[in-house]
Amino acid sequence: MPRRGGPPEVNAGSMADIAFLLLIFFLVTTTIETDSGLDRMLPPIEPPEEDVVIKQKNIFTVNINKNGQLLAEEELIDLKDLREAAMAFLDNGGDGTCNYCKGRKNPESSDNPTKAIISLKNDRETKYATYITVQNELVGAYNELRNRESNRLYGVDFTEMEAEYLNPETDQAIRDELKEKVERIQGLFPQKLSEAETSTSN
Amino acid sequence: MAKFNKKKDGDVPAVSTASLPDIVFMLLFFFMTVTTMKDSSIMVENTLPNATETKKLEKKDRVIYIYVGKPTSQYTSTFGSEPKIQLNDKFADVGDVGDFILQERAAKPQELQNVLTTALKVDRDANMGLISDIKQELRKVNALKVNYTTTDGDAFANLQ
Repeated sequence: MPRRGGPPEVNAGSMADIAFLLLIFFLVTTTIETDSGLDRMLPPIEPPEEDVVIKQKNIFTVNINKNGQLLAEEELIDLKDLREAAMAFLDNGGDGTCNYCKGRKNPESSDNPTKAIISLKNDRETKYATYITVQNELVGAYNELRNRESNRLYGVDFTEMEAEYLNPETDQAIRDELKEKVERIQGLFPQKLSEAETSTSN
Repeated sequence: MAKFNKKKDGDVPAVSTASLPDIVFMLLFFFMTVTTMKDSSIMVENTLPNATETKKLEKKDRVIYIYVGKPTSQYTSTFGSEPKIQLNDKFADVGDVGDFILQERAAKPQELQNVLTTALKVDRDANMGLISDIKQELRKVNALKVNYTTTDGDAFANLQ
């Protein structure tokens, strides 16, 4: 018997059910990753060949005890003031060789941002959350100073520039151009954050 | 005027569900693109601390994950409630971290072996002692690039 009026229509009513099934499967088996954090470099395990003599005034010591209290340069300090203190230290420019520093030029503090070192020491019983907050503030101090210089030289924030530079989707040509700028700013305020081995409290 | 039949009261036309599959597919594709497959189930408590100065971890294939935290409630009876390290799907000691990194590194393609990052996903209540031991192990195997994975947010909220 010949068919009339073309092929019968396929019933698509259960399509939604199938799609829901797939959707639920993906919801269950996947996660939205938290994929951002603080990047740090650990020091190599071999000690450097020659002993470098660093002047005491070029080192900014930060100590965290097991209760989460902070000791910066032998003084008890509030966590909220740490960023400010670190910035003042880095930006000091004590020997006058730093022509972009806006600090107080205190001869008792760091000579030049390229020589200034922040040394972080923590107790074995320090909470990880406290440690991250301190790290965050110190990185923040560097970023704020870098942003200032970047705004002065190029009119953009350093953090923005760096994020674009590190983004793999950025064009190669733009990245080459950014690389020079990023490295110049990093050279002005190199991140020298040293971490001593932890001490045990007694 | 027989053409205009008066509709009976209460006769609501059926809602067309023909576009429902399209909407669901849209949702499906959204979730497929923004999420990634779970490769290991997390057996430790993992509330990450907050930080503001974060950088994105690009390229998942260059990252080795280490989880640290208290074992979750179903494991506390066997593993206790002290913070432990989780590597892949197993609890591990500090001494195993180096071997694990070397193993993971060997499994990656040659050209990526020098650019690997170790992401430390550490619970906010863990103590720094354990983290320092891990860092020491990482230094021993020359895995110097680390990323303390955090969530974006006010860093001072960590202190409460």
